[in-house]
Amino acid sequence: MNLGLDGLSVVTDGRALVRDLSLEAADGQVVGLVGPNGSGKSTALRCVYRALRPSSGTVWVGDDDLFRLTPRHSARIIAALTQDGAVDLDFTVEELVALGRTPHRQGNQALDRRERELCERAMRRMDVHHLARRGVLTLSGGERQRVLVARALVQEPRILVLDEPTNHLDIRHQVELLSLLRGSGLTVLVVLHDLNLAAAACDRLAVLSQGRLVTAGTPHDVLTAELVRDVFGVHADVVPHPLTGDPQLLYSLSPSPLNGSATPCP
Amino acid sequence: MSPPATSTPSASVDGAAPAGAQPPEPPAGPADRLGSRTGSAPACALLLVLLAVSVVLAIGMGPAVIAPDDTARYLWAALSGGRIAADEVTAYQIVWEIRTPRVLLAALVGAGLSAVGVAIQAMVRNALADPFVLGVSSGASVGAVAVTVTGGLAALGIHAMSVGAFIGALAASLLVYAASAGRGGLSPLRLVLTGVAMSLGFQAVMSVIVYLVPGSEATSTVLYWTMGSFGAATWGALPAVTAIVLLGVVLLHRRSRVLDVMALGDETAASLGVDPDRHRKSLLVVVSLLTGAMVATSGAIGFVGLVMPHLVRMAVGSTHARVLAVAPPAGAVFMVWVDLVSRTLVAPRELPLGVITALVGVPVFIVLMRRRAYMFGGR
Repeated sequence: MNLGLDGLSVVTDGRALVRDLSLEAADGQVVGLVGPNGSGKSTALRCVYRALRPSSGTVWVGDDDLFRLTPRHSARIIAALTQDGAVDLDFTVEELVALGRTPHRQGNQALDRRERELCERAMRRMDVHHLARRGVLTLSGGERQRVLVARALVQEPRILVLDEPTNHLDIRHQVELLSLLRGSGLTVLVVLHDLNLAAAACDRLAVLSQGRLVTAGTPHDVLTAELVRDVFGVHADVVPHPLTGDPQLLYSLSPSPLNGSATPCP
Repeated sequence: MSPPATSTPSASVDGAAPAGAQPPEPPAGPADRLGSRTGSAPACALLLVLLAVSVVLAIGMGPAVIAPDDTARYLWAALSGGRIAADEVTAYQIVWEIRTPRVLLAALVGAGLSAVGVAIQAMVRNALADPFVLGVSSGASVGAVAVTVTGGLAALGIHAMSVGAFIGALAASLLVYAASAGRGGLSPLRLVLTGVAMSLGFQAVMSVIVYLVPGSEATSTVLYWTMGSFGAATWGALPAVTAIVLLGVVLLHRRSRVLDVMALGDETAASLGVDPDRHRKSLLVVVSLLTGAMVATSGAIGFVGLVMPHLVRMAVGSTHARVLAVAPPAGAVFMVWVDLVSRTLVAPRELPLGVITALVGVPVFIVLMRRRAYMFGGR
């Protein structure tokens, strides 16, 4: 199902966090949202998983205006991994994963067998099956993050929205998660900080700065040394990945004296 | 339309059948485990039996000890309209007129405070929250003291003070709600902070009244309300409290999954289709009515609503469907025994209930917390 952000603006306390953002993710596409801290990435995502109502503009899911659907209905279409992943109560892993079925169940209705199997499979897929009976609060940050992704998967969404899903993950689980996203067939909108992983994982990248869309396109078109310098204030050399050809960035910690293009950060 | 993620064939270790195909009768496998812990019925049933036994024992005990079988006989006679011998009338009256309403009220309030504590802790995401954190109890005290001092609501007779307390409790909840609801919705932290601040305000108002109005009646009313007692229990007030508490506990239990989701935070709740603000508002109404009714009849009994939720979570885990099935009967049993101790330990004087709940609860709580790796928010 395609996802469209249409002229989205979010203004709080007179500050525009997101300004007139329009962005399309076609059915099954993985679209990455990148940008420096405070550029409005998370704010835009919060509108998509309905933690926030935009001041103007809207979000389209298929042909429906997201904000005309009931919260339960939209939660059956869109699942999210939020930044606010803290859990207060010591639910077990399997209990927490099972809560992903909330939009599909009425009241306290118990899960049926198909749903319990769904939870089992999601836990296997995220490699947390062996932790099923463990308390969530005893897990490491990366384990917890994988449990939360499993919870989003059992929601059986058609669109997946993830805010920095690779946080806390070791490199193996980062690579596995992103290849899972690619192979899922879901429409994915994901905020990533690692531009190299973003280039490898995403069909399209959208670059945000100060709440505005700077550019969007294939990683190859978007990730240029000029853009990285202008938006992130960092000097990087862009080289093709030796196997896949995806653009990969090599950073230097201090501007190289041999490279005339290095400019001071704004 | 893309297939759901978890049924996409992929290179995972997953050997199970795809989502659509259900094997006819799978052997007891990992998939069945999820269901196995949802059953809290045995624990709940056991506690209800324990509650029935405790109620009969507690009714029998006091300055005049009445054997459990006699107690049961009197109770049966009262319920079935049976006859008792003439020389037993005094004992019968003690059992039926004085002790039974008192013990039943203790059970109800214990159940209600425990349930409210569970709900409030989840809804404001705070391990230190208890039924009185939103200013309900101090509001009730102001209401009761105001009625006592001004002689208002005199038409209601002996119920005037309870009604005054109930009105005070609801007014306090409304004030806290109005003061904490803002553009950003009803944030949990703002709700708690407002509640705590308002409580201090109400206590100040109460102090002013007590200070300005001479006579000890206001003082003793304040003392009564802040310490808590079931001494004023009568059959007259019981039906209303019973109805409110039972209905409230059922309503809270029906929101178990919503409470689970709310404990995950507002962002996650929204992503799961649960509007946290809307639910916080309606839960606030239920919780305020429940707490108001309980405070109006027995004062603000501390500690139970704070500690019982934690104790029950240590025993049965955090899922609210289980916690809210076990906490009310557990709280009821606990409160029946606390009340018994309060009226027998230094008879004929009564110890304030809050003293005993704390004296019993604190050590139990600390021992359990040290033994079990219990966690609520972080490590």
